Formats: sequence, C-alpha cells, structure tokens
Amino acid sequence: MIETALTRSSSLTKNQLPGWALWAILAASIVLGAALSALLGFSIATFAIFAAVLFVAGSTIATRIVEGSRRATDRFATNLIYGAFILALVPLVSVIFTVLVRGIPGLSGDFLFTSMGGMTGTVDNNTVENGTPVLGGAYHAIMGTLLITLWATIISVPIGLLTAVYLVEYSKGGPLARAITFFVDVMTGIPSIVAGLFAAAFFGLIFGPGTRTGFVAAVALSVLMIPVVVRSTEEMLKIVPNELREASYALGVRKWRTILKVVVPTAISGIASGVTLAIARVIGETAPLLVTAGFVNTINLNVFAGWMASLPTFIYRQLMSPTSPTNTDPSTQRAWAAALLLILMVMLLNLGARLVARIFAPKTGR
Amino acid sequence: MKVFRIGRTAAVLSVAALALAACGSDNATNAAAGTDSSASGSALTGTLSGAGASSQASAMDAWIAGFNESNPNASIQYSPDGSGAGREALLAGGVQFAGSDAVLKDEEVQASLETCGPDGALHVPAYISPIAIAFNLDGIEELNLDADTIAGIFRGEITTWNDPAIAGQNEGTELPGTAITVVHRSDESGTTENFTEYLAAAAPDVWTTEASGEWPAELDGQENAQGTSGVVSAASATSGAITYADASAVGSMGTVAVKVGGEYVPYSADAASKAVEASTPVTGEGRPELDMAMELARDTTESGAYPVVLVSYHLYCTTYEDQDTVDLIKAFGSYVVSAEGQAAAGEAAGNAPMSAALQEQAAKAIESIKAAS
Amino acid sequence: MSSKSIQGTGGAGRAGDKVFSGITLLAGCLILTVLFAVAAFLLWQALPTFSAPSEDISGGSGFLAYIFPLVIGTVIAAAIALLIATPVGLGVALFISHYAPRRLSQALGYVVDLLAAIPSVVYGAWGMTVLAPALVGPYNWLAENAGWFPLFTGPASQTGKTMLTAGIVLSVMVLPIITSLSREIFLQTPKLHEEAALAMGATRWEMIRMAVLPFARPGIISAIMLGLGRALGETMAVALVLSSGGLIASLIRPGNQTIAAEIALNFPEAYGLRLSELIAAGLVLFVITLIVNVIARWIISRHKEFSGAN
Repeated sequence: MIETALTRSSSLTKNQLPGWALWAILAASIVLGAALSALLGFSIATFAIFAAVLFVAGSTIATRIVEGSRRATDRFATNLIYGAFILALVPLVSVIFTVLVRGIPGLSGDFLFTSMGGMTGTVDNNTVENGTPVLGGAYHAIMGTLLITLWATIISVPIGLLTAVYLVEYSKGGPLARAITFFVDVMTGIPSIVAGLFAAAFFGLIFGPGTRTGFVAAVALSVLMIPVVVRSTEEMLKIVPNELREASYALGVRKWRTILKVVVPTAISGIASGVTLAIARVIGETAPLLVTAGFVNTINLNVFAGWMASLPTFIYRQLMSPTSPTNTDPSTQRAWAAALLLILMVMLLNLGARLVARIFAPKTGR
Repeated sequence: MKVFRIGRTAAVLSVAALALAACGSDNATNAAAGTDSSASGSALTGTLSGAGASSQASAMDAWIAGFNESNPNASIQYSPDGSGAGREALLAGGVQFAGSDAVLKDEEVQASLETCGPDGALHVPAYISPIAIAFNLDGIEELNLDADTIAGIFRGEITTWNDPAIAGQNEGTELPGTAITVVHRSDESGTTENFTEYLAAAAPDVWTTEASGEWPAELDGQENAQGTSGVVSAASATSGAITYADASAVGSMGTVAVKVGGEYVPYSADAASKAVEASTPVTGEGRPELDMAMELARDTTESGAYPVVLVSYHLYCTTYEDQDTVDLIKAFGSYVVSAEGQAAAGEAAGNAPMSAALQEQAAKAIESIKAAS
Repeated sequence: MSSKSIQGTGGAGRAGDKVFSGITLLAGCLILTVLFAVAAFLLWQALPTFSAPSEDISGGSGFLAYIFPLVIGTVIAAAIALLIATPVGLGVALFISHYAPRRLSQALGYVVDLLAAIPSVVYGAWGMTVLAPALVGPYNWLAENAGWFPLFTGPASQTGKTMLTAGIVLSVMVLPIITSLSREIFLQTPKLHEEAALAMGATRWEMIRMAVLPFARPGIISAIMLGLGRALGETMAVALVLSSGGLIASLIRPGNQTIAAEIALNFPEAYGLRLSELIAAGLVLFVITLIVNVIARWIISRHKEFSGAN
C-alpha cells in the first residue's frame, strides 16, 4: 500500500529512500552504538566507532534494498568520504585546540616586541613565586624566521619555478629532464638535518669553520624547499590544457611569452598554493637551523653576519632546555605562544598567496 | 597596471617591515637601561661565540646576562648544541669556547694542540649539578637505596616497588606493588654518561656495562624520552616510573637518597660539591699544567658526599690569536668562576656552586690564558 | 596592452625564446648540481664508517648490523603513516573538491593548507603530551584481546610512547600534504569529463571513479611521494614521541627507531667515527628514498597517457 502510494506520488523519486530514512538510521545507530559501548564500559571513542560502523552498514544495506546496488555503492563511498573527513578532523582539531589553549595566555605586546635579552632563570623563578606576568619575548625569533624564510623563498622560488617550466615546456621528456624529475623526487627525501649540515659545511669551506648566519640557514632551507616547489609547480603546469597553448601559438605569440602570459597565469593559483606549502614545510624546521644559524637571545636583523634566532629553534629551546629548569611553566608558555604565532604567520602568508592568486588568475568557469 | 599594484603592495609591506623592525627591544626585563653602566669604565668590546652542552644552557643565560650588566659593549653568544658539537667546533676553530659534559679524549687533546696553541685546551669545571634519581609514587617523597639496588632497578632486574631489596632499606615506608617503569634518556647525553659512570663504579657486580653517554643497547624495551624535560614529563605522567635527571628539574617527584659509606645521602648542592672535591685530576700528555679536568670519585665513601653528580666544563684555549679576544675571554671566564657568577647561576639554574677552593684554582687557571706572541 | 607587445617583434622574440629556455635549463642543472654536492658531501663524511673495523661501530658488529634495524624502523613508521594518511587524505580531498558546499570547501582548503605549516616540534609536543597518554588505554586493551597477533603482543607501554603512536603522529603530519596537493588535482579534472559521466546516468561515486581518479592518478602518486618524503625524513616528532629501542615486531611496546630520529638524538654528542656513522645513516635514508622513487616513477610511467600536456 505505502509503496504504491510512493510510486504514484512521483515517478522521478521511484525507488528512493525517503529523506527521513537516513536520519532514522543515524538515530538508531547512535542508540545501538551507545548500548554496545556501554556493554564494554562506555567511552566516547568506542561509542563513536560503533555508531559510525553501524550507520555506514545500515544506510548501505537500506539503500541496497530500496535503490539497488549502484546506489548502494555510491552511498557507501559517500559515507566513507564523509567519514574520512570527520576522522581527519579529530587529531587536527585536537592539535589546534592544544596550541590555542596553551598559546593564547602567552601572547601579549611584550611577547611580540621584546627579545629574551637579559632573561635568566632568576626572572622566571620570580615570576612563578610572585605571580608577576611572564617576561621575555620572541621578537628576535620572529624577525629571524621572517628574514630567513624570506631569503629561502627568494632563492628557491625562481629556481624551482624555472625548473618546472623547463620540465614541462621545453624538455620534451629527454634524459636530462627525466634525471631532473627523478632527482628532485630524491631531494624530497633529504633528511632536514643533512641539508643543514651540508649548508654549514659548504659555507665553512668558503668562509672558514663555524660560519653561522641567517643566510646559511636560508640556503639550507632552500635545499629542502626547492623540490617541493618544483614538484607542485610541475603538476600544476602539466594540467594546463594544451588548447590554451595552441590558441596562443595560433595568434603568433612566442613560446616564452605564451608561457609567461598564458601558461603560468592559468596555473598560478596552484603554484601559489604549492609555494605556500613549500614555505610552510620549511618555516617550522628546527634541526637545520640549529646547525646553520646558531641560537641567540638577542635581536639580530642582519642575515649576512652574526647568529640568528628563529621561532622553531626558540620553541625547541624553550621546551627542551627551559630558561629556569626549576620553574618551567614560563618557558612552556613562551614556547606554545611562539608555536601559535608561527601558525598565525603561516595563515597570513596563506592569505597573501591567495590574494596573489586572485590578482593574477584569469577568470575561469570555476 | 599590475606592476604598479605589486609595487604598491611591496612598498606597503616594506614600510610595515621597517616599522616592525624599529620597535623591538632587547630589554625584556625592564632593567634600568644597561647603557648607563658604560660609565662604570668597562672598555671591553667584541663578540665571543661558544657552543656545547645543553646542560649548562640555563646557567649560561645567567652568566651572559650578568656579564653584560657590567660590560654592555661586549657580547657573548652560546649555542647549546651538545657537548660533542661544542668540542668539535672549538677544535675546528669555529668558536672561542665550548661547554662540555665530558673531558677531551686523548685524540681530541692532540687536535687541541694544533688549534689552541702549544699548551692545548683548558678545562674549567664551571657547572656542577647533582643528578637526582626521581620516582613517581603517590605519597612517597624519599627512598633510601644503595647502588646495587639502583643498578638492579635500572637494569630491569627489580620489577616492582615492593621488592624486598627496596623494602629492606625502607622500613616504615608503605611501598605499593606497582610495576616499575624505567624511563631513560633516548638521546646521547652527559647526564646518562655521569649516571652510568656512577653505577659502573659503585655497583660493578650488577651494572656490568661500561659507562657511556648512550643508554646500553642490551637493556631493550625500556621507556625513554628526549632531553631532561622529556624524561621528567614522561616520568611525572606515569605512575610507578623512575628516572634520572638534573636535580633542578625534577619538580615534585620523589627522590632517592643514595647510600654512601654507611649512611644515606639525599642530593643537595653541598653534598655534590663535596663529591667533586674528593675527585682526582686527569693527567696525561698534552694537558696544560693548570688544567682542571678531573676524574670523579664515584665510589667515594666520604661522609656527606653525593657522588651522582654532573660536572660540565668550560673549555678555553690556552692561547688565542689576538689580545682583544684574550681580554674578553679572561673577563668572562673569571666572572663565571667568581663567587658572584656562581651565585647568579645557582639562583637561575638551581645548580651547585663551585667550592671556594675550586673557584680560586679556576681563577688562577684562567689567568694563565695568553695571546700568541 | 597592445597585441604587438605580447607578440614581440621577430628577432627580439626569437632571442627571448633562446634566453628564456636557456635560463630554465640552467635552473634545472643547478638543482642537479646541488643534489650531487649534497650526495658527495654525505659520501665524503660517511667514508670512515665503511673502512672502520666492524667492532668499532656502535653495537660492535659492523655497520650493516647497526643500520638494519633502523631501516626497518623507518619503513615501519612511514608505512603506518601512509596507510592511515593516504585513504583519509584522499577522502578529505574528495570531500573538499566534490562533496562539500563550495563556500565551506574553500574555507576547508584553507585550514588544511594551514595544518601543513604547524612545526614538527608542535606535533611532537602534542603527540607526547596529548596523544600518547590517551592511547595507553587502547593499547592495554589491544594487548589483552589481540595479543596473539604479533603486532599487538603485550605488555603494552605504560607511557603510550610506541611505534604506533609515532606512526599516527606522522600520519597527522602527512595528511595535509596529501590532501592539499590531491585537492588541487581533483579540482583540475576537466569539467566536461565529469559532466559527460553524470549525463550518462553515473552516480557521483561512479563519476569520481571513471573521470576524476584516472585523471588525477599521477598527481595522487606525487602527493603520496611528497608525504612519504616527509614521513621518512621527519626527525623531531619521532624523537619526541617514540620510546626507542631495538627491533621489535610489536607496535604497542617501546622499541624500534627511525634513522632520522637516531641522527637527531645522537648528533649533538657525536664526534669522530660516531659522527660519520650517523651521516652514513643519513646516506642510507637517502638511498631508501631513491629506491622508493624509482618504484613510484615506474608506476607513474604506466599511466602516462592521462597527463594533460603534450
């Protein structure tokens, strides 16, 4: 009776689960999941797992009965994809939550605009014992990170971009191009500390042992950054449709102008995202910076002379060898605040990249 | 037109960067601006770079800050990369001084003759700190243990806290039946080296492995963590855990009083200094006359000495290229070993100060540093 | 802008072509030079290890015996990371590109890019202080109920600092990389292919399987390779999270160690032979990456016809 009524109502919605059915299955699997996990001793994790498995199975079976196997596969895949998304959110939200909760108390004007110059364990001991605000900041590290990353970007983006252009537009798949692609992939596997050691040894050979400056660190980071830039740019250039290139050639435009005016701008959004990713990859590197840029507590704005602090080394030092070993809380607070700051910086950077992409990208259908 | 837009953005960004660059300050503690004290007559200028042990990083912060108060125009920088890296950098001429938890090995002494002048490199035991053996048991703040029992626990031969070997030395303490979780350092470290040196010397029957900066590989399957703060946080979070760490860092965990001679000695600054004084100097070819490298008497039976102690040295060259560096090194070195410097470090890092006799000896040694003629 | 300025005049244009292609070639060669310099540096520094008598090497029985457990440990960690991160990462990328509402998907893409930027020290600290303690319970449960399975033999670690935890932390770190890159690729699938599939009556999943995935396959493999690169070379997070030790099959007991973490943990105190040992370990890591890449190349070359250009 009911079924015929449904078929009559619309031929287009024939054999389709009614909208409330999924909600019903969801509710049922939540209740059942709670019951099952209660049997094992209730915990949020087991409850979530049971409920999710029940829902996926239930909705797939229901769809299969009512709508057929193709629809069921589709429903199953949809569920899995939503599931993957939710699963991925759990640790990521946890990480962000941890950083926010522990980092926000430490963010203040003092933290942003003073260095650790003159800070000793005595100051931190006073802070803990008398409850005064935490002194000392990360200004020197912020500037260090900005400058070192800027230089690393200046070095690696042109090289990476041009190499990708060579690979996609000029090489025609010759042996050199194959070698470059292959070794770029190999380069992604260089352990970051090795890149640091290499840069330190290289500059040590030229300028004498123990040469540690922000620029050495920038070179070390470039070694890590270039492969990421090449790899992502190459993928983006490859998927620029050939029709665009051909249309440009047909108008009599030279190849190099076609590349600069048509191909690269079409892919710029992806390239910008790739460069951001590359910067993001290196901005948080600790190990190579320790051996190349040294570590100081005071401000140095010259990348070509003197040791330089950076946010990751600052975080690492504050966590691993706190300013006051007896009272580590102020150091921990500074470390998390610096971590939050680093993430905020990348966020701004990301915004910037998107802006660049929007300015340059041609209007497309999407 | 796009070019203009980019140019404008770049201009705005660079102005912002300049503005940002102008408003930072090195005066984190709001101390009455240090520039006034230049009037106090110190004419020392220049930069000293040091690298080495991270154990003395906190004390080094205090020394640098204290030294800068009276010498605002000189700058000292120290990178806590680790003892090995510090010694390597000193011997390669990359830094002017190094911090090291261990004395130079014989082959390193040979290398030092080349870079540090004909008299080689000078050890100064600037940072002395007791290593606490800390455990996490509810309601128990101190346990008495002898070296054999400690070694047995860390070898995994004694597995529960109410083991008769522990209970026998702690009558009156209610010990739970919790399993013992040993947490050791996962990185190579001076703390591990000094701790295993103590075990190997004081409990040779149980601790049959040689002392080393790396935890013995044969003791597999134990928990470990990186760095002092790593082991402390892992042990503090795990009930029944035991670890060893710089005494200033163990926080609220319970600690072990170690049996020395006939009595149990809890860790303290005085007890640590006493153990250092009882030690014998390292002798050998190529070591300067006034060198203070020492072999610690781990199996001492002297009353009131706490032999589980870490000594971190400052390594200086006996000869430097130019007089300016020598002046700076001497000023900094003698500040570090002065009563004032030792007190500043003790207050900041919680370590044990050098005894008066050691201070005097160290001051004399530093005075012998000279420029190449 | 006039069309003339775009086209350029004959001679200048040809010269421009030459110069430009020359510059791109130079950039490519520079990369090769740098890489060979790095490799030469590693070899030069690692050489003493291979000529040293085997009893001088850590462990006392030669370099191969020293490096073997580390290689296995590195592979295990990377395998766990990729096994978790690849399906989840691709799922998230598909969700963002084809399932989520447009506004939401832009915001999500942004957040995911951001996550790639969290420094590894932070992931390490998070893994150590938040994740590891939370996993002690499940590990105990696994040891009790699945202990017969070699991967889950007990007794489980009481700090939660195990290989499985390290693998999970790594997978969280790798996830944004895989997601971010494959999302970009998914978005570039020709609209026409997708619409054609839908017009034939394909369901959304069938459309993805027939139009999106084949188009994106080389890109997906690139994304996974980039992720793998990070998983293999990651030092700080593993160093902070893992209770290292000798080779052991169980993933929930302390034990195993990765090459990168071994280097980071022992490098500061190393000198002489130990130092060149660690650099030789770095060289081995390098070779592993090389092998993995050869395999990936081979897979991609079988699907070349899907590449958009040429």
